[in-house]
Amino acid sequence: MRSDPADYELIAPGNLQAVVSLLADEPGKWLPIAGGTDVMVQYAAGKLPARKLVSIWNLPELRGIETSPEEIRIGAGCTYTELREHEIIAGEFPLLASAARWTGGIANQNRGTLGGNIVNASPAADSLPALLVYEAELILVSGRGERRVPYLDFHTGYKKMKLAPDELIRAICLGRRFSSYLHYARKVGAREAQALSKVCVAALGRLRGGVTGSVIDDVRIALGSVAPVPLRLTEVERIAKGKPIEPELVQLTRKMTTAAIQPIDDIRSTARYRAAVAGNLVAEFLQQLRGSGKTV
Amino acid sequence: MSHSSNDRVKDNRGKCDLALTVNGKPKTVRVFPMERLLDVLRQELGLTGAKEGCGEGECGSCSVLMNGELVNSCLIPALQAAGTNLTTIEGLADGPQLSALQAAFLECGGAQCGICTPGMILAACHLLNKKPEPTLEDIREGLSGNLCRCTGYMQIFEAVVQAARRRASA
Repeated sequence: MRSDPADYELIAPGNLQAVVSLLADEPGKWLPIAGGTDVMVQYAAGKLPARKLVSIWNLPELRGIETSPEEIRIGAGCTYTELREHEIIAGEFPLLASAARWTGGIANQNRGTLGGNIVNASPAADSLPALLVYEAELILVSGRGERRVPYLDFHTGYKKMKLAPDELIRAICLGRRFSSYLHYARKVGAREAQALSKVCVAALGRLRGGVTGSVIDDVRIALGSVAPVPLRLTEVERIAKGKPIEPELVQLTRKMTTAAIQPIDDIRSTARYRAAVAGNLVAEFLQQLRGSGKTV
Repeated sequence: MSHSSNDRVKDNRGKCDLALTVNGKPKTVRVFPMERLLDVLRQELGLTGAKEGCGEGECGSCSVLMNGELVNSCLIPALQAAGTNLTTIEGLADGPQLSALQAAFLECGGAQCGICTPGMILAACHLLNKKPEPTLEDIREGLSGNLCRCTGYMQIFEAVVQAARRRASA
């Protein structure tokens, strides 16, 4: 049943300090809402447990993308549109730019934020595998100050994460060190826009040793929609490093991928299909890497 | 009924004054902060052009422009629209003079049952403001968040192409 707006409180303090104090005073009582593309869907369906919401849309402290020679720092309130249109993201972090392009239609891209996508923690979110392979770090803020944590193990279970009840994501930092890599992303879904992924993949790879006789110097692979959390395939990466990309390796990584994931049957796909596609995508990535000429 | 006065008390407690500009005119309405912008437009402001299709940001029939950006009004809590400048389908025509997009939709058969049309036209308007000479690929992407169950989309794409051409030659 639809929610009654009279039952909900929503305030917009307008600056980060005020929001953080509110969260500190009553931890876990206030649900931050940014662009609303997830929260308002739950609300409309009468499935939003929180009754007190605090707007963080347009908070100046969460906006903007700062760049330095070493890294870019993306405000958690940046929208997909801003990510897509940013020159350095498009040039150096194309997996994030593609994910932003694939997420919803234009109207949702104008409102959905990267920080919101992380805390909504959908296993099907297209941007999260990209953050995993770029080894993003998160800056979290609370009344106790700021801390910087790796994104790699931020999600601990379905919709569970290492975020205290009084904390907000302030920014997402990406090191600018992937220019020599092949960046590979693919979404498999019913259609490109608006449809959630059946499986999505983000991967980075680099060879060494010249075009003939070259081996994998470094590789990072992450998958979405195949486990309760966005999944980095660290075992597959470990096995692949230092090896030439030959049919035996491709076959092995395909098998290991299928073993590493925990796909489910749901409205969008089946576990069997997802497992087959996940293996195929990893194989396709390695084959592209072999012919890419991306060497140290 | 004995609880009707309680309902009225509940109705007013927690409401706020929302000031915003709609189709160029300043408006103030008294609403709950979590009321959906779509409901504010349709029920408080009498602007029924924006339609409710899915109510969850998938279909685009409630699209409006907020500070020039295309948004789904069903996903915007009223409070977040405070101080913004909104354009709805009602704001596109100049009196009896249709905008280029509206005219092109009529001529090309881009509107049939009409439920998706206001959102479709605002999405097209947003696209042409950003990219005055869009490719067919740009048009398909720009309208990808707007679903139509009548036309099969081709007439709609044709209408956007025609409107872009006319704008360019105007």
